[in-house]
Amino acid sequence: MQVTSTVRKPLVTGGKSYHDVTQDICQYVEQKPPKTWLAAFTFSFLVLIVGTYAVVETLWEGIGAWGLNKTVGWAWDITNFVWWVGIGHAGTLISAILLLFRQKWRTSINRAAEAMTIFAVICAAMFPVLHMGRPWLGAYWALPLPNTFGSLWVNFNSPLLWDVFAISTYFSVSLVFWYIGLIPDFATIRDRATNKISKAIYGGLSMGWDGGAKNWMHYEAVSLILAGIATPLVLSVHTIVSFDFATSVIPGWHTTIFPPYFVAGAIFSGFAMVLTLMLITRKVYHLEDYITINHIELMNIVILITGSIVGVAYITELFMAWYSGVVFEQYAFINRATGPYWWAYWSMMTCNVISPQLFWIKKIRTSIVSTFVLSIIVNIGMWFERFVIIVTSLHRDYLPSSWAMFTPTWVDMGVYLFTFGLFFTAFFLFAKFFPVINMAEVKSVLKSSSERKA
Amino acid sequence: MDTGKNYLVGIFTDEDDVMSGVPKIKEAGVKIEEVYTPYPVHGLEHVLGYSKSKLPMIAFFFGLTGTTLALVMQIGMMYWDWPMIIGGKDFLALPDFIPVTFELTVLLTAFGMVGTFFVTRNLKPWAKPKIFDIRSTDDKFAMAIDLADNKKSVEEIRTILSEAGASEVNEKSFE
Repeated sequence: MQVTSTVRKPLVTGGKSYHDVTQDICQYVEQKPPKTWLAAFTFSFLVLIVGTYAVVETLWEGIGAWGLNKTVGWAWDITNFVWWVGIGHAGTLISAILLLFRQKWRTSINRAAEAMTIFAVICAAMFPVLHMGRPWLGAYWALPLPNTFGSLWVNFNSPLLWDVFAISTYFSVSLVFWYIGLIPDFATIRDRATNKISKAIYGGLSMGWDGGAKNWMHYEAVSLILAGIATPLVLSVHTIVSFDFATSVIPGWHTTIFPPYFVAGAIFSGFAMVLTLMLITRKVYHLEDYITINHIELMNIVILITGSIVGVAYITELFMAWYSGVVFEQYAFINRATGPYWWAYWSMMTCNVISPQLFWIKKIRTSIVSTFVLSIIVNIGMWFERFVIIVTSLHRDYLPSSWAMFTPTWVDMGVYLFTFGLFFTAFFLFAKFFPVINMAEVKSVLKSSSERKA
Repeated sequence: MDTGKNYLVGIFTDEDDVMSGVPKIKEAGVKIEEVYTPYPVHGLEHVLGYSKSKLPMIAFFFGLTGTTLALVMQIGMMYWDWPMIIGGKDFLALPDFIPVTFELTVLLTAFGMVGTFFVTRNLKPWAKPKIFDIRSTDDKFAMAIDLADNKKSVEEIRTILSEAGASEVNEKSFE
């Protein structure tokens, strides 16, 4: 007899058995992909190809192909970098922090969220690498490698170098965490495989996993420690990203509020992107029993909380600018709201501060359509936040004679488009060849939390 | 004639049956080689009598190596090998070294621990695991009993497994 809880909402509905979970998730790996998948994959692959042209143009012509100028030396590149890194944060948050907090509802969404992290970080890394201008020499500038330029090392005092270490550690640890989680599920697919090629591929990927109790014991120890170290890691990454700005002396950047404010913003945008992707995957793969309204509501509550933190941060920034008594700081904030980029500032305010507040209404936070729309609005808002911080702070220099505006070129837009193509192509490939839901973990919460079987 | 190892495999359909069955089987004097489950069954390692995983301790030492390596590298490069004043900061700007030190600590902990896990558990892409029952990665719990390790007869063990809650008992041999 199945044990059901009378106080907790079921995590998996539809009275699923262990075998149903295997069948429901594995069928999409084993069968031919649905037409909707083919259409979506083809479209994102085309976007990737078109965007590649802009990447090649950047490498061929140099950074002059972007709309940067002497005053605004960073614009879309760093905006997109911070935005993509932020998106990645929800994946690690769901898999690590929620694991430590014993939040069992994470089991249905962690796999796809972690995949999203990996792909988002790859997209993010594109921008600083391309911004190097000559990325083929980048290893010498970014890594402490012995070279023939003398014994001149990389500058360990620079937040930009901290970023290199933070992002590459974040990427590799997230990849390992994701892969460890996939091993038991790959073994399930291996054992179900009917043709030799899948058996060989999934056999290799599963590393000979047998599901023995001793293996599980060590596996659990590894997962818990990875979660334990990934938790401060995820907080450190966006903190370090915020240091890129906070350690400088540009009005509007030089603030101690940046680290927590950036972390909250990252979780905010990351959860929004998880929702965007999961709502599509849920619909295409009919995963309504696994990703329930309860999951969506809980994620919306996280968005509501982090959105409110971001809102408080905006107001704190304004207050501190006024209270500091520094005219440059005060001007920077008045200029943000009323200067030439006022539209970006108010787009940010509307999307990030006002729109998530709608989630106070239960009807809105439990509705699929409004969640989907709001998740996209939040991501647009968070892009504007980074744009506002970076471009509006830079375009008004200390020296009015060097004041300038930034206008993106088609190459700027093309490179951004390229990362979208890359992200979605990778995500759709993941959704076809990998189990999108962590079967082993869902099975482990099934018994205590599923609905009673009729 | 079969020259390989012969096993009896008890198939259980519910984790509770496995958990309550293991002590009964052990009490009856049958040595269990391993229990294969589709997901981690918490507490199973205790009833099977496994000692705690040493991986957390190994992870700690890898972390310590990462911290040391990062500090030695940064101090060596910035203070000893090529001292330069950058932004008016000290040669030995320890607070500036915290981010990289932290990241390398995490990196070495993760890779060292996972690498040790793979090596000690013999997990590698070309590994050929013993699969006692193909359903043990789907929905069944398979208990392997090595017949060579047990003095009891096949029939006796079969009865003990069934009485302990196994829904079926199969024979399996490996080359």
